[in-house]
Amino acid sequence: MTEQHGPLTAAEIIKEHLAHWQVGHGFWTVYLDTILFGLIAALIIAYIGRRVVKHLNPDAPTGLQNFLEMIVEFVDNQVKESFHGDSRLIAPLALTIFLWVFVMNAFDLLPVDIFDTFGIHVRMVPTDDLNTNFAMAISVFVLIVFYSIKVKGLLGFGKEFLYTPFGKYLMPINIVMKTVEELAKPLSLAMRLFGNMYAGELIFMLIALLPFYWQPLLSTPWAIFHILIITLQAFIFMILTIVYLSLAHEEH
Amino acid sequence: MNVNATIFGQLITFVLLVWFVMKYVWAPITTMMDARTKRMADGLAAGERGKHELDLAAKRSSEVLHETKQKAAEIIAQAEKRASQIIEEAKSSAKEEGARLVVAAKADIDQEVYRAREALRQQVAALAVAGAEQILRREVDAKAHADLLAAIKTQL
Repeated sequence: MTEQHGPLTAAEIIKEHLAHWQVGHGFWTVYLDTILFGLIAALIIAYIGRRVVKHLNPDAPTGLQNFLEMIVEFVDNQVKESFHGDSRLIAPLALTIFLWVFVMNAFDLLPVDIFDTFGIHVRMVPTDDLNTNFAMAISVFVLIVFYSIKVKGLLGFGKEFLYTPFGKYLMPINIVMKTVEELAKPLSLAMRLFGNMYAGELIFMLIALLPFYWQPLLSTPWAIFHILIITLQAFIFMILTIVYLSLAHEEH
Repeated sequence: MNVNATIFGQLITFVLLVWFVMKYVWAPITTMMDARTKRMADGLAAGERGKHELDLAAKRSSEVLHETKQKAAEIIAQAEKRASQIIEEAKSSAKEEGARLVVAAKADIDQEVYRAREALRQQVAALAVAGAEQILRREVDAKAHADLLAAIKTQL
């Protein structure tokens, strides 16, 4: 692609790399790479999960089963610690979020241009795309609203908008504050993950622009550091989901 | 980096993945882990119970042993007592028997003595009569002096 335009400036190269593999126009644009890699991540999780469950051995767990048991137990403990309601959906939801975000984030550790060498440009990290993050954040938001209404009733949930956080004499301000508070939850969930992963990938791209002898020196430490960010962001998304959903179950 | 229709695709993927994980990964693994936890707890409880039972059995066995020893000692004591009693009885009956035998022998001896004396007396009387007859051959009629002779016999 680059030969047609002659020498490109760094800004142009970055811009090109940030482009998606897409179809459609306007709102009806679909980023095929996001969908594809999201699906690949989901299939990896489904395949590994299914394989482990098929060979489930309660007495002598090995390899992947140990790993999965550890994560399941970890998520279960987190859910049990901060959540006292019915956790049949919350716990697996939290696990799914952790695994999916983790695997999608992990695509960030593959070389940036690996598909470009085959002549197609794709962006491999679906969490670099706000669509993925908002898909999860909105699901969580819908569940927050659902559980709030289910636990407190429509009236109870409505009252929260009127009387909190400042008491009944500041009703109009309460409505605004509460609305902002609720909307901030999905927004912060989605934007936090997006910001971290986008910045991470951008730095990989910037490193890739440097002369080749500088690249390992910088990209190796950044990749190692990025392993931490990948796990941490998946963890934060999961924990915040649990926290928001447990808040939805509590009366103020 | 715009939000667009891609979000629907990601939503579908996400919801399907949540459903899959919930049904085919989370449920079996937690079921297995719960069952395992329960089995471990049961095993530990059973072990604890077994230990407790063992303690009880040991206590009971030592009790039984103690009781048996006591009983055995009692039986031996009784037997010893009985033995000495039997010996005592044997001794006393032997003594009695000896005494009885002595008395009987004495009576025999007395009787023998009496009999011998009687015989002797008869013989002495007969001898006296014979002597008197010899001396008085003619003038003494035996019949006439029978009374006198009898009187002499009793005096002997």
